[in-house]
Amino acid sequence: MTELLITSILILVKLILVFAAVLGLAAYMVLAERKVLGRMQLRYGPNRVGPFGLMQPMADVIKLLTKEDLVPAKADRIMFLIAPGMASLIALLSFAVVPFSPPITLFGRTIPMVVCDLNIGLLYFLGLSSLAVYSIALGGWASNSKYALLGAIRGLAQLISYELSMGLAVVPVVLTAKSFSLTEIVVSQADWPNMLRHPLAFVIFMISVMAESKRTPFDLPEGENEIVAGYHTEYSGMRFGLFFVGEYINVIILGSMVTVLFLGGWHGPLLPPIVWFSLKVLAVAFCFIWTRGTLPRLRYDQLMHFGWKFLIPVALTNVLITGAVMLAVGP
Amino acid sequence: MIGSVVFYLLAAATLTATLLCITRTSPVHAVIYLVHAFFDLALIFYLFGAPLVAAWEMIIYAGAVMVLFLFIIMMLELATGGKPLTVDRRRWVPVLLLSLVTLACTVLLIIQDPSAVGSGPAYHVSPRDFGTVLFDRYALAVQVVSFQLLFAAVGAYYVGKGEPRKRGEQSS
Repeated sequence: MTELLITSILILVKLILVFAAVLGLAAYMVLAERKVLGRMQLRYGPNRVGPFGLMQPMADVIKLLTKEDLVPAKADRIMFLIAPGMASLIALLSFAVVPFSPPITLFGRTIPMVVCDLNIGLLYFLGLSSLAVYSIALGGWASNSKYALLGAIRGLAQLISYELSMGLAVVPVVLTAKSFSLTEIVVSQADWPNMLRHPLAFVIFMISVMAESKRTPFDLPEGENEIVAGYHTEYSGMRFGLFFVGEYINVIILGSMVTVLFLGGWHGPLLPPIVWFSLKVLAVAFCFIWTRGTLPRLRYDQLMHFGWKFLIPVALTNVLITGAVMLAVGP
Repeated sequence: MIGSVVFYLLAAATLTATLLCITRTSPVHAVIYLVHAFFDLALIFYLFGAPLVAAWEMIIYAGAVMVLFLFIIMMLELATGGKPLTVDRRRWVPVLLLSLVTLACTVLLIIQDPSAVGSGPAYHVSPRDFGTVLFDRYALAVQVVSFQLLFAAVGAYYVGKGEPRKRGEQSS
């Protein structure tokens, strides 16, 4: 009984730590993005609130919370209210399987540094990322507005399409690690990160992940110059804020997945594992911001053609070749 | 003990969600209840010691098939319909027949092997064992099913192709 109690308390403590870290990081990701984008466009970015603008996230939250929470008259009320929460919640849930450091020993017991090391961890992540579509779809549909609906339809089509190439890109990684468990995938990269072993899969995964996060150049679901703001056109106040925070939590989780699957997770010389892990996640997040500051938005048919006619065939061929080579060379 | 309680809770939730799904007038609401039912089913599979099947249930059914349903409903704007449910008696005949057959099969299975109804999972199947059995012993069946999917894809492509486009026309 005490064993069960201790395990439960440990999981709870890990959960709280992870949630606090992720939410704090998400708040500062917003600031970092505005700062970096500002510098790229020869501006300063926010620098009025606190030293170097460091209190800006607090100011944003206060502003969003005190704004009026509007619900359109003909909206599907309950669905409209739930959808933004789903966006953040689903993104947060994915963190349950991300290992950020090797197990540590504390008071004579080994504590794995992951909330729950599922043996289907990778599939759990893929399942949740496919559920992320629902928040956009339902939010857009429940608003009962044509722009929101158009944004939702675009989002649905985009996410389904790029999920396929994302799923196919991780197959070589699973073949190497011979496991779906994210901890074992990281352990299998002790000598070589998968980025060097499967460079093509890495590139495909990075592109698909950017499309999954709905950020420029793949931000068609909220293309401002065509459909106002897409699926969150009708949202105001903190509900809009939840969609917004969901996007940044998503950037962090996708950054962690890139780190775990391709960059070798916590492995690295000199520095402690957790520092390596955070550095890699932040580097991937910086790449996301960098891409946003560099590339223009794709046209919708370009997006679909690129996904279906280029990325998926290449990913399939990559799986075939990797499998053949592994069969020939041996494990 | 905890397992049984969770199972009955999940089973009740699945049944309620399915019932709500077939009685909703708005197709989008129906889809959401169906997704809810799939969620519960995935959890039940997990409880029974089949995590891989649970994950597939989530990825394929909740994450892909139902998303496509939702996509089609939104594209066709069926959502604005909301026709009242017709209580035509003849409609219920096939439903009842199918339910009776399923129920009879379940009862027969339970009578044949009462030990299978015990509480708690008998096995915990790791993804590796599951995959080995699926792609080794049932390899032929898997191939046949995948070919069927290929036929369906080719058929859908043929039906959806329509008239050949003239040169210079904008692709849609």
